[in-house]
Amino acid sequence: MRARVIRRAALLALSALVGVWALRATRSADAASARGGETAEVTLCDGQTKVEFAADAPKTAESGQKIADELMKKWREKNPNVDWEAEERTHHTIAPAADNKDLVGNSQSATYGEITDRDTQLWKTESERFVVAGSKVFHSGAELGSTIGVSCDMCHPDAANTHPETYPKYQVQLGRVVLLRDMINWCIEHPVRATPLAADDPRMRALEAYIYAQRKGTPLNYGKR
Amino acid sequence: MKGVETKYLESRDELLQGLAKLNRRQFMKVAGAAAGAALAQGILPPHSFTPVRVASAATGGAGDFRFAYVSDSHLYTRDKNDRFVRGLLRAVDDVNRMDPQPDFVLYGGDLAQLGRAEELETGAQILKNLKAPVRMMVGEHDWYFDMGEKWRSLFGADNYSFEHKGVRFVTINSVVEADFWTAKGLTPAERMGTVAGLDNGAQSSFTVGDANRAWLAKELEGVKNDTPLVVFSHSPLYKLYKKWNFWTDDAEEVQKILSRFDTVTVIHGHTHQILTNRIGNISFHGMLSTAWPWPYAPQGLPEMTIQMGRPDPFNPSDGCGDGEVTVHPDGMVDKLYNLWNRNPVTVSRAYMKSNGVEDRPAKPALASY
Repeated sequence: MRARVIRRAALLALSALVGVWALRATRSADAASARGGETAEVTLCDGQTKVEFAADAPKTAESGQKIADELMKKWREKNPNVDWEAEERTHHTIAPAADNKDLVGNSQSATYGEITDRDTQLWKTESERFVVAGSKVFHSGAELGSTIGVSCDMCHPDAANTHPETYPKYQVQLGRVVLLRDMINWCIEHPVRATPLAADDPRMRALEAYIYAQRKGTPLNYGKR
Repeated sequence: MKGVETKYLESRDELLQGLAKLNRRQFMKVAGAAAGAALAQGILPPHSFTPVRVASAATGGAGDFRFAYVSDSHLYTRDKNDRFVRGLLRAVDDVNRMDPQPDFVLYGGDLAQLGRAEELETGAQILKNLKAPVRMMVGEHDWYFDMGEKWRSLFGADNYSFEHKGVRFVTINSVVEADFWTAKGLTPAERMGTVAGLDNGAQSSFTVGDANRAWLAKELEGVKNDTPLVVFSHSPLYKLYKKWNFWTDDAEEVQKILSRFDTVTVIHGHTHQILTNRIGNISFHGMLSTAWPWPYAPQGLPEMTIQMGRPDPFNPSDGCGDGEVTVHPDGMVDKLYNLWNRNPVTVSRAYMKSNGVEDRPAKPALASY
């Protein structure tokens, strides 16, 4: 009984919200005359996505939900890559970032040193998002700019055989000491046949991040052939 | 259609044939110099002196026969990617230059990269240049764009068997994946793109599947246990590394069907590397790719496998190649890996029969890590 009362109250609140929303609608006289009836337009908070509906439609929760669903559908059509991180994670697993749980609640009462769970979660989420972006570039010839449809994972599935822990090293075949990013660029230029990336190109940084992340736990051993 | 590398290889052949025409004193002089150079590079004859190896491969024992293999070409159309096309052309030239010609050529699967009709047609056109008859085998890259429609129209059934010189050969489709695409509403291109990623976890594991296993059992009905059996399969028919589909989910059931035979050899593709395994009476040999090599999986490597050594990215086509299989009267095989830009490696009958004790192939200088 109590649950039903609460639910009804919630529905009324939703209807009120929809009502407020409808009040902000603009009326389109030309469109109205064309259709032989009045229509109203609802604009999404991005100021661009618009939906039209009949002005005399009943102002209920259901019709409000329909308008909201339509707006969302239009917005998603314009932004197809909004779920890129979740999408990429269904295809490729990444090693998780450190969780830093041991730092939570240790502050010695310093104002800005008070580390909370929210902080550590934010750090982990952001670090992993950067690595997932790298995974996306790593696995996509198109993102790398390959002119022959080759991507890094063709020779390095899951970034296997990349040995980032051995850089800097004397790269025998190049006759000089290089960093990981130099080797990545050599691969981009030759096997992948794309234009080499600038050292601070977001794609290069993301690629390095992904390659290092996949070797989590491997001891550093610079110079190893 | 002659590959660029063919012209180089033909001039190299001329040199080697010229060597055969030298008198004894001249030959010893040249051999001495060559051995010195080989020693200096760390290659110790006679394991690695290619002309000797090629000469011995051409003359088998009585009752042996040979077939060649070319596998995993992953073709894009020529205007999109010429490198993989040149790889397949080189393999075709290698096989055509074999003397004597092999009895037939096995194509090991993944002829196309993204399963498109144009890619399969390009591959079919190139394979037509092979002088010996071709036996086709399907890989996942050929299949998952149109579920095998174009493949079947070009090459016929994906499962078939034939008898040759007393050996029963069976080719089986072992890249059957459970439907992962309908629930997600993937387009054919998206489905193929997912399967095309070796490390793409959204796809399902390879299986032979109930239907194909039933077909296999029926096909082998009435074949006596002492008949040598050779199985052509794209997936390895054992479980090496699930994440990369170096794996057949119903491997145990398939091995059970095969276990009653005295001698079984599985020749598989997909892994693009030297791979050797033995389970009971079944020997497993991987095939090289003409397109690119895979690294070794972080776990699950069979004990019998001696790795092929880390490919050098600066050496084009290193780790790629084609090869031959010499089948002996008892059904055991010598598997020759003709690594381009490297000395060939043979995994011999003696090695398999002795479970890795005799005739061990050379260990690599640079390991995969």
